[in-house]
Amino acid sequence: MARLLLHRLGGLLTTLFLSSIVIYGSLYLAPGSPENVIFGSRTPSAAARAAVRHRLHLDQPLPVRYWDWLTGVLHGDLGTSMVTGQPVADRVGAGLGTTLLLVLMTMLLVVLFGLAMGLTAALLPGRVDGAVNALTSVSVTVPSFVASALLISVFAVKLGWFPASGLGQGFGGKVDGLVLPAVALAVLSCGFLARVTRNAVRDQLEREHVQTALVRGLPRAVVLRSHVLRNALPPIVTAVGLLTAGTFASTLVVESAFAVPGIGQLTIQSVAQKDFPVVQAVALLLVAAFVVCNAASDLIQAVVDPRLREAGSTS
Amino acid sequence: MNRTKHLWKRLNTTLGRSGMLSAAFLAVVLLAAILAPLVAPADPNQSSLLDAYAGPSGAHLLGADGIGRDLLSRLIFGARTSLLGPALVVGVSLLLGIPLALLASWYGGWVDGVIARVFDLVYALPGLLLAVLTVALFGPGLTPAVVALSIAYIPFLARIVRAAARQQRVSPYVDALAVQGFGVLRITVRHILRNIVPVVVGQAAIAFGYALLDLASLSYLGLAVQAPTADWGVMVSDSDALLKGYWFQVLAPGLLIVLTVLALTVLGARISGEKPPGYLRRKRPAQTAAPADASGNDRTTVGAAA
Amino acid sequence: MTAPLLELSGLTVDVATEDGGSRTLLDGVDLSLAPGEALGLVGESGSGKSMTMRAVTRLLPRAASASGSIRFEGADVLGMNAGELRRYRDGGVGLVFQDPRAHINPTRRIGAFLTEALVRNRGVGRREALARAAAVLAEVGIDDPQRRLGQYPHEVSGGMLQRVMIASVLLAEPRLILADEPTTALDVTIQREVVAILDRLRRERGMGMVFITHDLDLALAVCGRVAVMYAGRIVELRSADTLHERAAHPYTLGLLGSRPSIDARAERLSAIPGRPVSAFESGPGCAFAPRCSFATAGCESEPPAPTEFDGGLVRCARVEEIHAARMEAKA
Repeated sequence: MARLLLHRLGGLLTTLFLSSIVIYGSLYLAPGSPENVIFGSRTPSAAARAAVRHRLHLDQPLPVRYWDWLTGVLHGDLGTSMVTGQPVADRVGAGLGTTLLLVLMTMLLVVLFGLAMGLTAALLPGRVDGAVNALTSVSVTVPSFVASALLISVFAVKLGWFPASGLGQGFGGKVDGLVLPAVALAVLSCGFLARVTRNAVRDQLEREHVQTALVRGLPRAVVLRSHVLRNALPPIVTAVGLLTAGTFASTLVVESAFAVPGIGQLTIQSVAQKDFPVVQAVALLLVAAFVVCNAASDLIQAVVDPRLREAGSTS
Repeated sequence: MNRTKHLWKRLNTTLGRSGMLSAAFLAVVLLAAILAPLVAPADPNQSSLLDAYAGPSGAHLLGADGIGRDLLSRLIFGARTSLLGPALVVGVSLLLGIPLALLASWYGGWVDGVIARVFDLVYALPGLLLAVLTVALFGPGLTPAVVALSIAYIPFLARIVRAAARQQRVSPYVDALAVQGFGVLRITVRHILRNIVPVVVGQAAIAFGYALLDLASLSYLGLAVQAPTADWGVMVSDSDALLKGYWFQVLAPGLLIVLTVLALTVLGARISGEKPPGYLRRKRPAQTAAPADASGNDRTTVGAAA
Repeated sequence: MTAPLLELSGLTVDVATEDGGSRTLLDGVDLSLAPGEALGLVGESGSGKSMTMRAVTRLLPRAASASGSIRFEGADVLGMNAGELRRYRDGGVGLVFQDPRAHINPTRRIGAFLTEALVRNRGVGRREALARAAAVLAEVGIDDPQRRLGQYPHEVSGGMLQRVMIASVLLAEPRLILADEPTTALDVTIQREVVAILDRLRRERGMGMVFITHDLDLALAVCGRVAVMYAGRIVELRSADTLHERAAHPYTLGLLGSRPSIDARAERLSAIPGRPVSAFESGPGCAFAPRCSFATAGCESEPPAPTEFDGGLVRCARVEEIHAARMEAKA
């Protein structure tokens, strides 16, 4: 178990390190030098350009700049926004809490409804299973932006129950404003989790060891809980990990749709404004979230299934 | 004549009812996209402010959008960009992914290991994020988005091809061919690849659906297809219409996206030979022991003596 | 004669097919087992021996339904409600499955597997249950039981796991053990040990046993009586020590002839021609007729009734003629 933990941690750090090189390197190899963002459409004098390049450390070789940036990141200094002049850490920090809350609310919905639908379908074959199946077949094809449009037109414009964009004051207002974005994010993932759950539980229900448990006279509820559900957990945990990671990526779309001031919206804005330091920081953050989710799901699986505990067997 | 009939029958049995329906829907969408200039009733970019948010009428069969462009024509022309992007993504990632996957499956060992590691790394980056970063570099447009998504989709398709090819590689007939002196390329292309065609085509159809979703998301964000062009993703981003309550102008393209992706996933699953979902199968009797004298069976006399 | 422990009469199992029809897997099985008795149920795959065991424990596949009657200590098994069924499965019957690797939950420790039924069904304390489990593990010949209790199934060998399975059945102290090919999945050298343990402990505790196997010799070694099944029916039932000399059904004779024997090294093994059929594949007459060298036109059309013959029960229309012919050949 400890070996697996180290193994996964090593893989996680390697991926993060490699992605940071890719992200940092590619943004500075891009056509159009970063300083052009500052000058906009003006054509600066050679001296002014040189001064700006020096201020942004652009006169130093790329590996040196990357090293400076990396050590800065490790000390919590993410650089300075080229557009607003604020520290990047402040801009990212302001949106991080909102995005985390949004992802949390989404995943609560996904786990709650996804598991419920999947279990219902698995335990009630025939008509109920068919109905749930039809529902999930459709819901896995509804992209978050279409769901957003639908939710806005029904619950914000027609019924006026929730705001169509932005967040209210205080925690309550925040949650209120995040309900529709969370539902929009959850639609696709719910269907996906329901299918994974149904198939995993079905698969376990047909396993021989479940018959052993039944033939020993154990109550049906006990058999379901400690044999069927417990053993069906690994694929479900993997799916939840993947979906959480995917939800972080989808916040790019949904936060823009609902004008939620999180890091998803910040990313899209910064991309449009070519504010490279901010793009770097949020991109790295999203990759980190993605990688951490996947590693966490691997570890939880190893806790559930002892056969996966030997290091390397999961990769 | 007889052969077409036979082919039709075979298609029917492999695809099933849901698969045939999906194929029919996709054929209609594809035809509309190809023949757009012929079938669209109006120029998709011709605006007339007098017709802003016009309801369905003889002039505009499905109504018009905020600056009076014909909705039906925009939907038909929108099919072009909405299908072209994912087609390119799937095409490019298959073109790059299949050789890599076959290479990995044939040689195994360290070649397989290195390719798998690289795939893992790309897989660690969400496709949408990769596309957004690429757009940050090269500016918005369909090309950078397609390039980024192609790279992101290579691992998805290549992993499936590798697994299927690996299964073929270790089966005895491949060794038999190798012993007979056939070259690697010939065996791989003429035999292995031919045998895994259904899986590849099926999964490519599913990948097409996901690529459509991703590209539409990017167009919705204004990062891929640009605003005046008719595109389903762009059309959904019309928040002005949405907030004014003209939901049909926004949800019609959204519905087309959902239906197209649904058809693609159903068809893809059927082609690659996945079992149809439970609701299409015959219902089975419940698990209860019948009472002793249930259903007059006339066979019971056999065991009566002992 | 004492009241039977288990009594099957006219047990028939039909399974619904995908196209809406139904197929018969068991066709009127009659069987009776006294307390403490061991009975062998022998047949090829598809003969219905496992289905019989499944019917007795009401562990039939979803599409199958049973008719006829199964009585355990007089109680109607097919008519039990959920609570009665649980009590019957808990303390009445114990099942030793063929493949312990598949039949023991791989994600839980061996200790948890062994104690689960005691704790859940009988309210035995966890500590007490573990102590009992360790004692039974020692009885089935497992060294260092304390350590084994903390291990996972994938950490021990198949033979060890089958002993764990046997221990789990003994812990419940059932009156009847159903052993479904308990050694088929094991190495040949370990098979004998496992069968010996099962046989000894069963005798010591006076439990009845139905021993299901395709290996006629194995059944003869541990059982008092043997029932031979073919195509969902019992074709011959007779005591184990007389089966060798008195076997009368052509199928039983075929089984006896198709196994290697040390005494008759020079003889060729006589295999039964054709392949075994299931109950639903057979015609209106005797299911064995197509493979039987004694069959007549009458065998194909008229199903034979079970008849007393030479101290056993045989289901063959020509049993007397065949017997006479064999005696003549011997003489």
